[in-house]
Amino acid sequence: MTAEGALVADALVRAVPLILTGLAVGLSFRAGVFNLGAEGQLLVGAAASAAVSIRLSTFAGFLVLPIALIAGAAAGAFWAAIAAELKRRFHVLEIISTIMLNFIAIHLVSFLVRGPLQEPTHIYPQTVTLAHPARLPLIIANTRLHAGFIIAIALAFSLAWIIRRTEVGFRIRAIGASPMAAESAAMIDVNRLSWVVFCYSGAIAGLAGAIEVNGVTFALYENISPGYGYTAIAVALIAGLNPLGIVASGIFFGVLETSASAFQRDFAIPSSIAGMIEASLILASLVFAAAQKRYTLFVRREKPA
Amino acid sequence: MSAIEAFLEGTIRTATPLALAALGETVTERAGIINIGLEGAIIVGAFGAFVSTGVGGVWLGLAGAGASGALISAVFAFFVVRLRADQIISGTAISLFSLGLTATLYRQMYGATGAALSIPTMIAASVPVLSSIPLIGRALFDQPPITYLLYLLAPSIWWWMYRTHSGLALRAIGEDPRAAAAAGVGVPRTQLLAVLFGGCLGGIAGGVLVVAQSGSFAEGMSAGRGFIAIAVVVLGRWHPLGVIAAALTFAAVSALQYLFQAMGWAIPYQAFLALPYVLTLLGLTGITGRAVPPGSLGKWPTM
Amino acid sequence: MASLGLALHGVRKSFDKVVALDGASLAVRHGSIHALLGENGAGKTTLMRIAFGMIRPDSGTIRINDRLVSFSSPADAIAAGIGMVHQQFALIPEMTIGENVALGGNGRYDNQQTVKRLAYLAEKMGMRINPLSKVKELSASERQKVEIIRTFAHDATTLILDEPTAVLTPRDIGDLFGQLRAFATNGGCVVLITHKLHDALEHADEVTVLRKGRAVLNALTRDVTQSTLANAMLGQIQIGTTPLSRPKPSPSINVLQLRNVLLRDRRGIGQSNRVSIDIRRGEIVGVAALEGAARSLLRLMAGRIEPTPGDIVRPASIGFVPEDREQEAVISDFTLTENFALRNSARRSGRIDWSNFRHRTEEIIEEYDVRTPGPNVRMSGLSGGNQQKFVLGRELAYNPDLLILENPTQGLDVNAAAVIHEKLRSVSLLGTAVVYYSSDLDELAALSDRVIVVTDGAIVETRPDRTIIGQSLLATIRT
Repeated sequence: MTAEGALVADALVRAVPLILTGLAVGLSFRAGVFNLGAEGQLLVGAAASAAVSIRLSTFAGFLVLPIALIAGAAAGAFWAAIAAELKRRFHVLEIISTIMLNFIAIHLVSFLVRGPLQEPTHIYPQTVTLAHPARLPLIIANTRLHAGFIIAIALAFSLAWIIRRTEVGFRIRAIGASPMAAESAAMIDVNRLSWVVFCYSGAIAGLAGAIEVNGVTFALYENISPGYGYTAIAVALIAGLNPLGIVASGIFFGVLETSASAFQRDFAIPSSIAGMIEASLILASLVFAAAQKRYTLFVRREKPA
Repeated sequence: MSAIEAFLEGTIRTATPLALAALGETVTERAGIINIGLEGAIIVGAFGAFVSTGVGGVWLGLAGAGASGALISAVFAFFVVRLRADQIISGTAISLFSLGLTATLYRQMYGATGAALSIPTMIAASVPVLSSIPLIGRALFDQPPITYLLYLLAPSIWWWMYRTHSGLALRAIGEDPRAAAAAGVGVPRTQLLAVLFGGCLGGIAGGVLVVAQSGSFAEGMSAGRGFIAIAVVVLGRWHPLGVIAAALTFAAVSALQYLFQAMGWAIPYQAFLALPYVLTLLGLTGITGRAVPPGSLGKWPTM
Repeated sequence: MASLGLALHGVRKSFDKVVALDGASLAVRHGSIHALLGENGAGKTTLMRIAFGMIRPDSGTIRINDRLVSFSSPADAIAAGIGMVHQQFALIPEMTIGENVALGGNGRYDNQQTVKRLAYLAEKMGMRINPLSKVKELSASERQKVEIIRTFAHDATTLILDEPTAVLTPRDIGDLFGQLRAFATNGGCVVLITHKLHDALEHADEVTVLRKGRAVLNALTRDVTQSTLANAMLGQIQIGTTPLSRPKPSPSINVLQLRNVLLRDRRGIGQSNRVSIDIRRGEIVGVAALEGAARSLLRLMAGRIEPTPGDIVRPASIGFVPEDREQEAVISDFTLTENFALRNSARRSGRIDWSNFRHRTEEIIEEYDVRTPGPNVRMSGLSGGNQQKFVLGRELAYNPDLLILENPTQGLDVNAAAVIHEKLRSVSLLGTAVVYYSSDLDELAALSDRVIVVTDGAIVETRPDRTIIGQSLLATIRT
C-alpha cells in the first residue's frame, strides 16, 4: 500500500461517521425535524455498542458484532425518542432539547469510562480493547478502511431509494415541505410520522457511533467524537439533504479534515480551518438558495395580497 | 470561605456570562428571531476580548468583545433579515464558522500549539457595606465590576421593553411582524438592531469568560453556553427578569457540586455536571405548555 | 370643487406572473367618502395597500394634497397622514388595546397617558372600550373600532377602510358611517373598499369601480344606479344572477348525515346550538356565513375534524378544496405530479408509482384546461386560477360522493371561475353532492339548489336568492 493510498483510506475512514450522521441529520431535516442531537445520539450509540461488545464477547461468537451494531442504533433511537417525546407531549423545541441531550451524553460517556465500563486496571478513562469478533472486518488489507464504509454507502442508497420511490418517503418529504398541506390534503398524521422519523434519525446516528467503536477505535473513551454530529449538519445541508449528495459531501469533508491535519503537520496551517470552510459552504448554499428562491425551507416568496 | 459561600460565589460566577448572553438573546427572540449563532458570538467575543485586552486593558477588552459579537451577528442578521434565510440553519452555520475562525486565528497568531497565554484580568471590586452582608454579601458584591453592570442591565432592559415605544415595537414584531408593519413599525431595522444587540451581549459574555474568569483564551471555551443561554431564555419565559432568575437557577444547580463535595457525598461528579441540563429539560416540559413564545419566533410569515 | 387629498395614477403591480393592477387610478377629494368598488380579486385591496406603503408598485404615482410622495413602508404613509383599517392581521392579539394603539409611536411609552388619550378619543366617537383588555378577547367589530381609534390617534387625515361592514351588525354599521361622515365633514378623506353595491350607493359621495386591475368607472354616487355599478363591476359577462334551470336532484339518498353536532370556532370554543343536517346525492348546497363561521361545519363534513360532541355519517370518498390553497391544498415547491400524489398518500404504502401519477396529472391538465408547460413543473409557477383548477381536478379524480369547497372562486379571474362553476354543475349531475361556502352572495344564489346560513353555530335553510340570503345573514346577527 502506497502512502497516498493510505491517506485516501484514512480520508474514507473519517468520512464514514460523517456520512452516517449526515444521513441522520438529512433525514430529520427532510421531515422538518431539526435534530441537532446527532452528536449525543452517536455517543450513546458508541457507548451501547461498546458495552454490548465487551459483555457478550465471551459467549455470543460471531453474533457479537451485529448485536452490538443493533444495540448502538437502538440507543441512538432511544436518545432521539426522548427529544421526540418532549416535543410531542410538551412542545419543547427540539433544537434546544437535542443540544441539552448532547451535553448529557458527554457526561454519561465520561461516567461510563471512569465507572462501570472502565478497563480493569482503573488507570485509563476508557474501556478495554474490543476482541476481534467484535471488530468490523477491513475492506482493504493493511489500511484502516473497514466494512462500516460499505454499510454507510448501502444505507445512503437505501434512503435515496426510499425517499424517491416509496410512499413513506414521499410522505416524509411532504411533512417537511408543508406540514399543513400534508395534514389537510394528504391527511397524514404529521406528529406521529415526525416522531418516527426523529427516532430513525437517532438510530442512524447511534449506528455511526457503534461503527466508530467497532471499526476504528475498538474502545470507548471520552472525546471519541471530534464533533461529527455537528459537522454532520454541514454535510447534510451542503448536499441539499440528498442522501447520495451526503455521501459525496461526507467524503469531501473526510478528505478536507484529514488533509487539514496533514497541512497542519507539514505547513503549519491550522486544521481548524476545515470547520471554517464547512460553515462557509453552508452560508454560500444559503445565498445560492436565496438567489434561486426555490426552497421554502430557506426562503419565502412575495405573495399576492 | 464556607461551603455555602463557595456555592453562592460559584453560582454568581457561572450565572454572569450566561445571564448576559441570555438577556441579549431575549431581546433578539422578542423580535421573532432565534439566534442559534449565539454560541458563535460568545466564542468570537472571547477571542476579541483576548486580543483587545492585550492592547488596551480589560475595559477595552470587553468593548472589543461586544464589538466582535455584534460583528459576527451582523453576518447572521444579513442572512435572516435581509435574505430571509432559515434561522436555524444560518445560526448553526455561524456557530460552526465562529468556532473554526477563532481556533484558526488563535493558532495563527499565537502558535499552533496555542501556548497558554495570560492577560490582565478584571479584579474583583467589593462594594462597601453591601459586601459585608453575611453569607450573600461577598457572593453578590465582591465581584468583577462587569457583574454589577449586569445588575443594572436587567432592569434597564425590562424598563425599555415595557416602558418605551421602541420596546413596544420590538414585542409587537415578535408577535406578528405583519401587524407591526401595518401599524407603522420599521420591522427589518428593528430586527437588525435586536440581533446586533443580542450579539453584542453574547460577545461581552464571551469577554467575561476571558477577562473576568480564566484570564486566557482556549479553543471552544464557549463550551455550549450559547445553547444553554437559549434554553435559559425559554425557562425565563422571554422576560428579562425571568431570564435572570433562570440563569441563576441553572448556575446554582451547576454550583451544587461545591456543596456536595464539601459534604463528602459519593455521587459521581458527572451526575452534577449533567444535572443542570437534565433540570433544564425538565423545566422546559413544565414551561412550554403554559408560557407562550413570541408568536412569530423562528418563522417568516409572508409579508 | 374640493381639492384632492389622495390621488393614485397609473398604478401597475404584478405578483409572479399574475397582474393584480393594470394601470389603476383613484382620486379622493377632501371632505368626501369615496367607495372603491369591485369584485373579489379586482385589485381593490392591492391598490390601497400600495397607498398605505405595504406594497411597492411596479409603476405609477401617489400624490397626497397634490404633492408627489413615495412610500417604502406603512410608517411613511402614517407619517403622511394615511390610516388604514385592515380586514385582518392588523392588531396584535396578545397585546392590550392601549399597547396596540400606541404601536408605531416614539420615545417613552406611558401606559397612563395612553389610557387617557384612548378614553378621550373613544368618548369623542361614542365608543366604550377598556384600554387594558387584550385584543384577543375582543369581538371582530370591537377590533375594528380599535383600529379606527388607532388611525385617529395617529392623526390620520385620510382613512382607508377595507370591507369594514363585513363584521358589523346593522346598528354598528350605522354608527360607523356616522363617524366616517363626521370625519369627512371636518375635511378628511375616506376610502371605503367594498364589493357591496349597497354600501357604496347608500353611504359614499363618489365611487370608483375597479375591474381586472383597472378603474372602469368613476362618478358621483348620485349619478349612478345599482345596475350601472353592477355592469361596471362584472363587465360584459354576467355570472348568472338568476339560477340556471337544472334538473332536480335525484330522489333523496343521503350521502352525509350530521346529528346534534356542536360547532366550534377557531379557538375551539363551542357555540350555543347543536346542528343536524342531511346532504343528499347530486345536490349543490351553498353555505353562507359571516367570516369563518362556516369553517368548522365544512371541515367536519370533510373529515378534517371530528365532532365533539355529536354524530356524523360520512360517505367513503370525500373531496376537499380548502380556502387557503397555498397552505393547505398544495405544496408550492412540489411538482404538479407530486401534488397529485399528495392526495390519499397517507392511505397508500410500498413503492410509489410515479408514471401512473404523471399520467393522471396529464389528464387533469387536459380536462380542466390547466395552463402549464407540463406535469413536472412546480406548483408555484402556476397562477391562482390554474392552481385551483388543478386542485379541483385532483379532488374529483377519485370520483368522490361528496365534494366540500371553501370559497372556491375567491380571487380567481372570471374564466377560471366559470370553469369551476361549470365543473361543479356537471359533477353534481353525475351524482356527487357538492357543499361549498362562499362569501359572494351572487355566487351562492347562482349555483346552489339550496342555501344554508350559519351564524353562531346555528343554521337556517333558505332559498338560493341573493336578497333572502342577505336578510337571513343579518337576521341571525340580531338574535
